[in-house]
Amino acid sequence: MPKSSLSGRVWILLNDQGDLIENIDTDQIYHNAYLHVTDIKEMGKYALGNLEGWKDFPQKACPGDLLVAGRNFGAGSSRQQAVDCFISLQIDAILSPSFGAIYFRNAVNSGFPILKCPEIKQLVRSGILETGDEIRVHFLSGDAQIINKNVSFHVFPMSEVQYEIFQAGSLYNYGKARIREL
Amino acid sequence: MGKTIIEKIIQSHCQEDAKAGRTVWMNLDIRSARDFGGPNVVRNYEREYGNIAVADKEKTFFTFDLCVPACSMKYADNQQICREFAQKQGLKVFDVDRGIGSHVLIEEGLASAGTTVVGTDSHLNILGAVGCFGQGMGDVDITFAFRTGKTWFEVPETLRVKIKGKTSWPATPKDVTLYVLKKLSTKTASLKAVEFYGEAVKNFSLAGRITLCSMITEMAGIIGFIPETNESLQDEVLNLTSREYFPIEPDLDAEYADSVTININGLTPQVSAPFSPENVFPVDELKGIRINSGFIGSCTNGRTEDFAAAARVLKGRRVKEGVMLKVVPSTRRVYKELLEQGLLEILFDSGAIVSNPGCGGCAEGHIGLTGEGEVQISTGNRNFAGKQGKGKTYLASPEVVAASCVKGLIANPEEV
Repeated sequence: MPKSSLSGRVWILLNDQGDLIENIDTDQIYHNAYLHVTDIKEMGKYALGNLEGWKDFPQKACPGDLLVAGRNFGAGSSRQQAVDCFISLQIDAILSPSFGAIYFRNAVNSGFPILKCPEIKQLVRSGILETGDEIRVHFLSGDAQIINKNVSFHVFPMSEVQYEIFQAGSLYNYGKARIREL
Repeated sequence: MGKTIIEKIIQSHCQEDAKAGRTVWMNLDIRSARDFGGPNVVRNYEREYGNIAVADKEKTFFTFDLCVPACSMKYADNQQICREFAQKQGLKVFDVDRGIGSHVLIEEGLASAGTTVVGTDSHLNILGAVGCFGQGMGDVDITFAFRTGKTWFEVPETLRVKIKGKTSWPATPKDVTLYVLKKLSTKTASLKAVEFYGEAVKNFSLAGRITLCSMITEMAGIIGFIPETNESLQDEVLNLTSREYFPIEPDLDAEYADSVTININGLTPQVSAPFSPENVFPVDELKGIRINSGFIGSCTNGRTEDFAAAARVLKGRRVKEGVMLKVVPSTRRVYKELLEQGLLEILFDSGAIVSNPGCGGCAEGHIGLTGEGEVQISTGNRNFAGKQGKGKTYLASPEVVAASCVKGLIANPEEV
């Protein structure tokens, strides 16, 4: 049965004033000093390595955790490593009100659930959604819940292409099935 | 209903109806990878497709520009991985001598009006300056593009931006660009194509168009186009690329997401302060801040015209004792023009360090980084924390960078 939802504990990327950090760029996610790294297993240790207050994220994060970020997450460079470093840490999904265009594509192509959720800002600001909460997200309906608080919210459902690539596991697998018709 | 420029370009490259919001499979005229991203593409390609030939070797290229020649073992290895793959597949490499890939693609006439080009460079949308739909992508996308010549793409909505008014020296296209960025921030143009109109941008040369279109990335947009042209631009593009320039124009009844007017009358030089490109102020509000180094170059301000502008400020003057000015031409062709026009000598005599062409100065590469506490003023396009090292980076025009290096302080070129 294809997977159509996931759940996990969230990390919310806040600054020291307690606000969601916006416009986190790919150099803060995965610094250009490590662009030469091509092995995904090595990339996890550099995740958020240049984001003030979050440099210890690779030590804190556990497989299956989810990441919540402020708007325009993944602005900047085209580096795939800025997505792959989270896959390397076995982070299961990223939610943000919006993403950098290239970053969003890179995540979709890797079959990594990346979900737009404009409500995030209000949920975090009002203290309803906090680090450590357990959430569940349905990719097709966009229904989401904070499980431990019994609060419902919505994310943008995955687009058809995004969901198909996610089901196939990657753009490559998706393409192999369709390469003749393309 | 008519189509915007981006809808028209995509429509001529896909089967589906290319209407904003639709996802289509788009044919790619050119696909490229750099020394950054390129080795990952090779690795992905060989893992996924083995020895199968790329879809079209005449349309597939490597462009080395990030760390040229390689300044670390890793880059040396990575470049060699790409070269060997290219040799095996029969692909052309624009090697470490050639300069910034996006500019090389323009100079070679590979990126031209109405075409689609992808590569592992987030500023590839610079190609909008010549009416081409250029798009930076990650290595998975590019691997797939090498193999299939296609990519999925959600046709973006278009924002219409009218630039109202005129500017005069010392305000330059970079100042217009920074001011537009200040006005649009990362919100207004987010995930949209942008069409720029108005007398000022119509009169921009190719260098000015490159500057404006390059910073669409910092506005979180997809691509920028300047459909109105002028005669000297037509000649310039023809001379540079040996191709006539016929930009795509939108239909009269094209549908726009929104329309914005930005008034630039009386614009003074603008400076973006750390740590976000949209954090823009008039130079007079920042002048007097002490700087340790300057950088002139990058895909945003790396054309001959940009260095000529800096040379006009630096001629007969010296970079202040203790200040380091780094100059990096965008391409080998620009480098040659600097030599031929005597500009290199003016820059050299002023005390500048002039390096070979490439992306040095913006990323960790062959021209160094800033140290903790160092304050740099740069003609680049990004000043995010840590991007160019531990120091602080201000973004400005070549004229402002040159004037600031003479004074050792952020300065208005009028006061040098």
